Amino acid sequence: MIRIESVTKRYPDGTVAVDRLSLEIPDRSITVLVGPSGCGKTTTLRMINRMVEPSEGTILLDGQDIQRQPVTTLRRSMGYVIQNAGLFQHRTIVDNIATVPRMLGWGRQKARARAAELMERVGLDAALAKRYPYQLSGGQQQRVGVARALAADPPVLLMDEPFSAVDPVVRKGLQDELLRIQDELGKTIVFVTHDIDEAIKLGTMVAVLRTGGHLAQYAPPAELLAGPADAFVEDFLGGDRGIRRLSFFPSGALELTAGPVIPLDATAEQIAAPDAPFLLVTDADGRPLGWSEPGDLAAGDIRPDRLLSHGRPFVPGTDSLRVALDCAVLSPTGWAVAVDTDGKVTGVVSQQTIGEAIRSAHAAGRAHDEVAG
Amino acid sequence: MSDYLHDFFDIPSDLQHSWLGLIGLHLREALLPVAAGLLLALPIAQLCVRFRWLYPPVLGVTTVLYAIPSLAFFVVLIDYTGQSELTVMIPLAVYSLVVLVPAIVDGVRSVSEETLAAATAMGFGPVRRYFQVQLPIAVPAIIAGLRVATVSSVSLVSVGMLIGNQGALGNLLHDAQIYNRPELTWNSVITTALLAIVLDALLVLVRVLLTPWMPNRPTRRRPAPALEDAAR
Repeated sequence: MIRIESVTKRYPDGTVAVDRLSLEIPDRSITVLVGPSGCGKTTTLRMINRMVEPSEGTILLDGQDIQRQPVTTLRRSMGYVIQNAGLFQHRTIVDNIATVPRMLGWGRQKARARAAELMERVGLDAALAKRYPYQLSGGQQQRVGVARALAADPPVLLMDEPFSAVDPVVRKGLQDELLRIQDELGKTIVFVTHDIDEAIKLGTMVAVLRTGGHLAQYAPPAELLAGPADAFVEDFLGGDRGIRRLSFFPSGALELTAGPVIPLDATAEQIAAPDAPFLLVTDADGRPLGWSEPGDLAAGDIRPDRLLSHGRPFVPGTDSLRVALDCAVLSPTGWAVAVDTDGKVTGVVSQQTIGEAIRSAHAAGRAHDEVAG
Repeated sequence: MSDYLHDFFDIPSDLQHSWLGLIGLHLREALLPVAAGLLLALPIAQLCVRFRWLYPPVLGVTTVLYAIPSLAFFVVLIDYTGQSELTVMIPLAVYSLVVLVPAIVDGVRSVSEETLAAATAMGFGPVRRYFQVQLPIAVPAIIAGLRVATVSSVSLVSVGMLIGNQGALGNLLHDAQIYNRPELTWNSVITTALLAIVLDALLVLVRVLLTPWMPNRPTRRRPAPALEDAAR
């Protein structure tokens, strides 16, 4: 565990980058430092590997004051990933990744083998090993940056806005990959970003810092969205935090109804029986084809091309309430289509039912807080 | 024609060297100063990078030195080092220094903040960082400086003729005059120019060999990496 104890960073010109910050960073999880520029998040990160020395306060790594360790030993025990990757442009990809193992005295063969293993882990084609950084895309370079940081298998990974210079599609891919790698490796990751969405997506714990290096709030992302500590945090979270919080509620408890679901070869009775304004037609395998009003359907002659789009379906249990609500909002009928992992319809659910589920999830959250508090 | 060629390479005996001997002498007088300039420029440039305030005054002093005409420089030095090769080589070393210091400073500074921070974060000390990261990345800039210094040094050696025939190939100009043999002038000019061109080409070759990581190759292999990423 990394313990930051009332740390202050004051520069000679009097500016205070970090002001009496205390933070406990749990092991084997991702802790995100987020805030606007000038909030001291990068300074805080760099104090952990002593690239910046604190003016006051101490930082403990597993109970040991980091000041007591030789600085190079400390740094080689912490992986570091930076914006734009900061690769050594004059070294091949494999040599970039093998940098720290080589410095630690590994043999060339062993270091290269390790580099090859890491390239695979971060999703890089082995054919890139002998290339130079300029021959790679920004996203690939950033993967190399992550591999290089992991090379000596350090317990701690410091990441300084690593994905902020790549385009949104690549960024999402890198974020998913980081979560996957973290599932496998369980590192203690400290992650700096100015992007609150990234913080909420990646963080086990999120520390919101405000300008001047004050800690505004330190909480798990769901808690942050449910109860911002003050107006600054609320503002920083943005206007749709209620919707975003739904990402943390599972959709498995939604009450589905199969009533309005009929097959393509439905009989007149099957069309007439459900007392519903819209019917969902499925194909022979049970996959959704589209919506229609009952009056527009003729038994034995249902034409799939005449149906209204069924929109994107959701998978109860896998997707969150946010996805379910999104499906219902986008659906032309206001009903969301639920499918199993094979894509077969398991039922439909109305916006109203989803709304009730949201209310009861909130109530459960409050009850949990009261018990916990 | 063969007579002319014979005259062309018939070096008067007062120069005490064959044509190839003069080339060897010229190379020594031109290249030793560049090497000395490089050896001096590296630490000076590193100080300028380390202490930013030092760079403007260093640049000022070196520019003033560069403004001194070579002949004036030679004449001043004769009092100390006599009419010797050294008198020719000292100013040339200074000129090389003047060209190389800014080249190295710019080269070392061209290393991105991110790369430096990454190196520091990986536990590179300042010395290791300088030799393994900053200097290799500065190689293209250093060689660009070396090309200018080398070519100008090769051409300036000839001026040494004016201080007691210390100008190697330049001495041919003097002999051309006193023996009324214009072909020696041509020999001097053409050989000097060829030397400069060959040395410049060699430096380009060295640069290409030392920097396989430079993105300016004609055949850029980039198999649509952006698409690969988007597909993930």
